[in-house]
Amino acid sequence: MNNIIKKFLPQILAVLFVVLIFGFLTINAQTNMDNRGIDFGFGFLSQESSFDVQFSLIEYSGSDSYARAFLVGLLNTLLVSFISIIFCTILGVIIGVARLSSNYLIKNSAAWYVEFFRNIPLLLQIFFWYYAALRALPLPEKANAWFGVTYMTVKGYYIPAMVWENLNVFLYCGLAAIISIIVLRNYANNLRDTQGKQIPVLLYSIALLIILPLLSFLFGGVSLEFELPQLKKLSKISYIYEGGISLPPELIALVLALSLYTSTFVAECVRAGIEGVSKGQKEAAASVGLTPNQVLKLVIMPQALRIIIPPTTNQYLNLTKNSSLAAAIAYPDLVLVFAGTALMQTGKAIEIVSITMLTYLTISLTIAAIMNWYNKKIEIKEK
Amino acid sequence: MQTINFLKPNRDNIKNYSIIGSFLVLISLIDVISNAFLKTNLTSFLHGSLSSLFPLILGLIGLNMMRIDYSGNKTLDKLNKNINTNNFNAVLTLLILFSIIKALPPSLSWMILDANISGDSKDACTGTGACWTYIKVWFRRFMYGMYPNEFHWRINTAFILVIALGFVGYFMKENLKKYLALYYVIIYPVIAYLVIYYLISGGSFGLQWVETGAWGGLSLTFIVSFFCLIFCFPLGMIFALGRRSNLPAIKYISICYIEFWRGVPLITVLFMSSVMFPMFLPEDFFMDKLVRVIIAITLFEAAYCAEVIRGGLQSLPRGQYDAAKSLGMGYWKMHIFVILPQALKLVIPGIANTFLALVKDTPLIFVVGLAELAGMLALAKTNPKWLGFAMEGYIFASIIFWIICYAMSKYSYNLEAKYKTER
Repeated sequence: MNNIIKKFLPQILAVLFVVLIFGFLTINAQTNMDNRGIDFGFGFLSQESSFDVQFSLIEYSGSDSYARAFLVGLLNTLLVSFISIIFCTILGVIIGVARLSSNYLIKNSAAWYVEFFRNIPLLLQIFFWYYAALRALPLPEKANAWFGVTYMTVKGYYIPAMVWENLNVFLYCGLAAIISIIVLRNYANNLRDTQGKQIPVLLYSIALLIILPLLSFLFGGVSLEFELPQLKKLSKISYIYEGGISLPPELIALVLALSLYTSTFVAECVRAGIEGVSKGQKEAAASVGLTPNQVLKLVIMPQALRIIIPPTTNQYLNLTKNSSLAAAIAYPDLVLVFAGTALMQTGKAIEIVSITMLTYLTISLTIAAIMNWYNKKIEIKEK
Repeated sequence: MQTINFLKPNRDNIKNYSIIGSFLVLISLIDVISNAFLKTNLTSFLHGSLSSLFPLILGLIGLNMMRIDYSGNKTLDKLNKNINTNNFNAVLTLLILFSIIKALPPSLSWMILDANISGDSKDACTGTGACWTYIKVWFRRFMYGMYPNEFHWRINTAFILVIALGFVGYFMKENLKKYLALYYVIIYPVIAYLVIYYLISGGSFGLQWVETGAWGGLSLTFIVSFFCLIFCFPLGMIFALGRRSNLPAIKYISICYIEFWRGVPLITVLFMSSVMFPMFLPEDFFMDKLVRVIIAITLFEAAYCAEVIRGGLQSLPRGQYDAAKSLGMGYWKMHIFVILPQALKLVIPGIANTFLALVKDTPLIFVVGLAELAGMLALAKTNPKWLGFAMEGYIFASIIFWIICYAMSKYSYNLEAKYKTER
């Protein structure tokens, strides 16, 4: 009897506590909304949004619905996260390897890089790039060309746009290349396991990736042209670039700040991963007769990656969540477009904030679930 | 094969080689220095890009001539081992040295030589460098926000009192030490709250009332992070224990709580606290925005704290639990006297990292309209009398935050070393 009380009483109390809190909040919300004449519901999503968004990946205008505005914001968030993840990985790997260098200067510069960028709040870094550094860039008419065809100006970065013909044929060829690489890999693994023969898979894969899309240009009727940004005079003093793609300064500032900040954490993960592989592994592999390349590829990297990947994915997740700071410099991401402008117009605070939070929660939990599955898969299976 | 190795020294001729080599490196450095500081190109007789590559090539040859496995000369061996192990390393060494030299003059002249700090208006800034006058004039605003100037002593006194009370633990008598946890978890937060409420807010004891809207600057950063810090730790401990509990209801409530807060960005939590939370409160119940923000950040950081503490709990060997149970200890006795003291010792670095993240997150309260340092900078930047000094402002704020965060991270390393127990 005593045991049963000990077991169930705390649980019942805890559940009761949670139910009471939620009930209290819900009743309050109900009365508050009744008093103010607001009704709860998600019907507003299909209404006309009637606001404009500065920068959007898909076509969007004021006559589209709030649901589409949500999609615009979500895509912008994913875009800035994706670009930043690529840059922070490249930077992080370089810095992480540099921290292990035998060269005193390189090691210490890398260490100071990490200490410097890690200890300044991300918001200040974003503000610094956006309000201070990028504002010092030249006006469009005074900008010098970078790489001959791109222009870095105070109004954004202008790059050539690609004009495709028969893009789908090209994409099919790329898909075919990827599928054939997977097949080839399986075949090579099979061959190695059954007959002990090695095929240079990497070489073949690269060749496939280049040749198949190239064939689509020669025989598939695919053509690619570049549309260059051209300087155009709007009025006496105001110039603008036309044509090409323009990346707004908000995006550039965000990508710079996010990738510099996150790269320090990625660098620490990489360093810990490489340091985590014991020296004996390398020596043992070499003494079995593997070449240095094989040692790196077959022994060191698989073990280092097992340590590196889980925390690095966590950092990517943090980066995606941190990209919501975009709202502070008016980059139209999910928070600004939806939890900012749309909320202001509809006044549906509860619905909109919940949708925004749930979206981020879904992204986080999905990636966490994939990571758990991956960790289970690569776990060392001890007997 | 002698001809190929003509730049390779051996132990007999290393003296001559190292002298020539260091001479070549010296020339290359002098070339870069004169280029950076005096803006004169010593190698202008060379053609175009060759002129800019000249010091690199010269330095590389010099370093190549100095490289030897073992020379017997301590300085040379140390140099070779640390910056000159192979050609690739030598190039990187030279590039880093050159870029430091190149970056020095412009940053020096901007920050110090051409900068202004005298005067008290924008007109005083005549140089091409930074305008530190701006920081000097706005310094009080950056530190105390819109808090009235004549009352700044109240903020200072409150901070000194709170810090002094925090050190009480160090000077406590031996027989009172067992109440230390009680003091820090319950009594200290209450006293700190009262001190800050009565001194900074005012309203009684003849002190004038200053509403929280006027609070701001770095002092607000400290207030917010201080309260979140002392509240999120006990809350995190509860959820960490809850997640490790055998009782399914408690376990799943804790998991839901932790995963929810860890899955959303802080900025949406702040939005929630400022626009959504008032809807959930009773009609005539008013809660100050600052209080709402502190609650939101506390709930948010508690989830991270909980995960860190859970890591500590998990890393304790099972034997500790078994031993405590076999002594007849109940759940609470076991945790308070055996498990938590060991687990908390293990997670000190992790907790310090969470607190560091918390301090770095506080500027975010700017998005809901609380003017701490980043907010004051935005305000100062748009002041018509002081346009165009964004750079100085953000560099100033970055330096301040960098010092705070760097000191915290170094301190956490020290704590880690201090509390390390051999197992």
